[in-house]
Amino acid sequence: MSDYRVQLLDIVRRLLRALDPVLLLVLLTLMGYAVVIMGSASPERMDSQLMHGALALMAMWVIAAIPSQRLLGLALPLYLLGTVLLVGVDLFGEISKGARRWLDIGITRIQPSELMKIAMPMMLAWYFQQREGHVGLREFLIAGLMLVVPVGLILVQPDLGTSLLVTAAGFYVIFFAGLSWKLIVPVALVGIVGIGSIVAFGDTLCQPDVDWKVLREYQKHRVCTLLDPTQDPLGKGFHIIQSTIAIGSGGVMGKGWQNGTQTHLSFLPERHTDFIFAVLSEEFGLIGTLVLLATYLLLLTRGFTIALFAPTLGTRLLAGAITMIFFTYAFVNMGMVSGILPVVGVPLPFISYGGTALVTLCLGVGILMSIQRSRLDKKT
Amino acid sequence: MAEFRSPDQDNARFRRRVVVAALFALVCFALLASRFYYLQVKRHDYYLTRAEDNRIALLPTVPKRGTIVDRNGVVLARNYAAYTLEITPSRVDDLEATINALSEIVTIEPRDRRRFRKILDESRNFDSVPIRTRLTEDEVARFIAQRYRFRGVEVQARLFRDYPLGATASHIIGYIGRINTRDEERIEERGDTANYRGSEYIGKSGLEQSYEVELHGQTGFEQVEVNAGGRAVRALSRSPAVPGNDLELTLDIELQKVAETAFGKRRGALVAIEPETGGVLALVSTPTFDPNLFVDGISAQDWKELNDSPDHPLLNRAIYSAYPPGSTFKPFMAMAGLTTGKRHLGYAMADPGYFNFGGHRFMDDKIGGHGMVDIHKSIVVSCNTFYYQLANDLGIDAIAGFMAPFGFGSRTGIDLPGEAEGVLPSPEWKKKRFRKPELQRWYGGETISVGIGQGYNAYTPVQLANALAALVNDGKLFRPHIVRNVVDARGTKRVVEPEPLRQIALNPAHMAAVRAAMVDVNKSGTGARAFRGAAYEVGGKTGTAQVFSLKGGRYVEGRVAERLRDHSWFIAYAPADKPKIALAVLVENGGFGAQSAAPIARQVIDYHLLKSLPAHPADEDAEAVESEE
Repeated sequence: MSDYRVQLLDIVRRLLRALDPVLLLVLLTLMGYAVVIMGSASPERMDSQLMHGALALMAMWVIAAIPSQRLLGLALPLYLLGTVLLVGVDLFGEISKGARRWLDIGITRIQPSELMKIAMPMMLAWYFQQREGHVGLREFLIAGLMLVVPVGLILVQPDLGTSLLVTAAGFYVIFFAGLSWKLIVPVALVGIVGIGSIVAFGDTLCQPDVDWKVLREYQKHRVCTLLDPTQDPLGKGFHIIQSTIAIGSGGVMGKGWQNGTQTHLSFLPERHTDFIFAVLSEEFGLIGTLVLLATYLLLLTRGFTIALFAPTLGTRLLAGAITMIFFTYAFVNMGMVSGILPVVGVPLPFISYGGTALVTLCLGVGILMSIQRSRLDKKT
Repeated sequence: MAEFRSPDQDNARFRRRVVVAALFALVCFALLASRFYYLQVKRHDYYLTRAEDNRIALLPTVPKRGTIVDRNGVVLARNYAAYTLEITPSRVDDLEATINALSEIVTIEPRDRRRFRKILDESRNFDSVPIRTRLTEDEVARFIAQRYRFRGVEVQARLFRDYPLGATASHIIGYIGRINTRDEERIEERGDTANYRGSEYIGKSGLEQSYEVELHGQTGFEQVEVNAGGRAVRALSRSPAVPGNDLELTLDIELQKVAETAFGKRRGALVAIEPETGGVLALVSTPTFDPNLFVDGISAQDWKELNDSPDHPLLNRAIYSAYPPGSTFKPFMAMAGLTTGKRHLGYAMADPGYFNFGGHRFMDDKIGGHGMVDIHKSIVVSCNTFYYQLANDLGIDAIAGFMAPFGFGSRTGIDLPGEAEGVLPSPEWKKKRFRKPELQRWYGGETISVGIGQGYNAYTPVQLANALAALVNDGKLFRPHIVRNVVDARGTKRVVEPEPLRQIALNPAHMAAVRAAMVDVNKSGTGARAFRGAAYEVGGKTGTAQVFSLKGGRYVEGRVAERLRDHSWFIAYAPADKPKIALAVLVENGGFGAQSAAPIARQVIDYHLLKSLPAHPADEDAEAVESEE
């Protein structure tokens, strides 16, 4: 056999071995669920949903086949590229729906903030691995700085949802790297007190003439809408009211596939994207939502297991952070649709329609698979 | 700070952190699960109701308005279906541009635009507002072909109200118009808001107004599933609308036409009543107007023309305008004298041609007087002096007390809106009417004027006709009514029973005497010329209502401006022994009663009793009437 053919066989073997059966099962379950729900929420989008899924699975597979250490080696270039592109967006980006988020690079439009969701935890994990054994206050400060710059660039687009997600992604790496509770607790306290006071003084703060300075008008609106959905029943508050009605009217068994009145009579906004969870809840009831929660829990369990047994510090941190990102997506989306969190543009992971988010999430799964593979490789 | 630890220590801490993170995630998921439990189990019923409320809308189906026919079934008000072009403003971005584009397909007059604006101002934004009514079939076809260009514009089949006889009997039938804010308030006061959901029109005057409740019908409701945009997706259930009830009138529209024609261009009123029932046979107020103008919202120009006309065509003189009754009051005064015992059938007096009271000389029309005058002659020749004396003997309180039961000075209760009270003068009335103490006092001289139907006396034609009907119906007074039957959608008739208001106690001998005198009025008295050659016996009385009192000099018609001339009255009933018709005619500024009003009465009675018109209508332009009032 020629050298060339041995190499090719090796690649094929590695590709097959790269797939983690548990993660693959979870992923296919979620995507199958997504197709079924899309068949009710927006049947005309089923084809492209399937195409996005196929594309995302291929991307996942490719990433899974790359050894995890080599992936971490890509962290710095990706991070730098992402940051440069974000600067480009803020300067030359296209405005859509009141925000400058897209960059036209000639062939296609890309959303650099999406890249940051993966590049940020990779960058920080890579950095902490470089400093392994010497991680101290200085390293945490530098990591904090690496986090703040791109988040700031995303925040001015303005895109509250993505900047929160990128912040969370970076924070999880820092948290797993061992940032002292002495620092975490005060920050958490400030956050809780801050949110608590906003809720307490919501009425005064949400007067139309009050300028919040820090947050944009639409962000203020979103927070205020959460505090009192009824004050704006036909705007954003209308969305929350209608999605709560959809969920609640579903009951235990649901109204049945394609029988959701809230969905099919257009009372539900964004029913194929951010509010698709309400469609699921209305048509499949409490049972459907608990099945979804259980599937996500399985995903998280597998992710944490991979993190616990990951071979190096960098892969450990990255696996832990990616798992928590999945959790964050799921919790924020379901929390928002069911009315316990503000409306931020976070999709329901692996279910909501939209190619970019699905590819990003599947890249995350691919990284987890790659890390799992490295551990097995190391053992043997 | 955990610095420079061993990799094992680092790893142990990482594991603890993973456990913390996993617990955190678990707690959050538990929070979500409890939220779902709360929404989907605990409050499921509430949210299910909310979802159903979202989904189901009640759409009103407007009932067909009842029709109006006369006593012989001639249609006076009906509905017809026509296409309208309607715009839902909330679904259109640029109204002006849309209307301009539409005007290239269908004719849209400036008038249509003005009306559209007016209706738009009064309607809620999600209502559809007509820009054109009564589209031709061509126009409908042209629009349908281009419909895709016009979001929020639709062709609707609607029922329209039509008054086929136009201006005939317009004051009786009235008209409908679009519901405005004031109507809405009234509907709300009636507690009828639900029944008017979807209704666009309401009766604004005449029977259309007074019988609104019967004519409107019950709005039906269709339960439909709607989407978030409020568009009906499918029907779930329906309760059909109940059409409004039809009205059958006591009115004879042919008689009405005869009466209206008899008035010609003159202003005036006529009320003809069937004495035995109180049913109105004809009720005329001239000039009339075309009620069809009002249905779609009257144009500003038409409105101005009607409203600013010195002839006040919109005014229903028959029930709203009160005039001094003049000498038509005398038969009632004679009854008052007889009933109270101040006069007896054998009484007679010598008439010197005047009556002195308090230093003032009240004149008779005939210089030198009528000689010996009894009750009979006083009516036939319309002797003033006889009634000056009688009024003085009776006193104002006795006069008012006797007249009130006949309905003088109070609303008859006819089933038309906007009736006036008129004035039955009395010291009490004067106290109420005037503020200044010197004006509040009743003077004896005023009683003398009241005695011949002048002075403060003011009655509407319907009051006079109804009082006459009671007088010739043995004192039985009815509430006059125009509607005879109310017919529901299944054809069941509900008869409007004649409603007797009271029985006035009158001596039959007295009534016979007065009626005999009234018959002689038309044989040899003031009404003789108008009723020459009549094929029936008819009782009547002429009257002249003074518009302008000439101090000193005698009234010479030709010298007085038309608007200041006296109003001409005539009351009559026939056949004399068993009256089928009692009527009051008033011609504004018509001069002597015998001159203008009596010939109209002749035509109406001839037509009603004989179904033909007099061969030689009395020539009103002939020189002076022989016998004066």
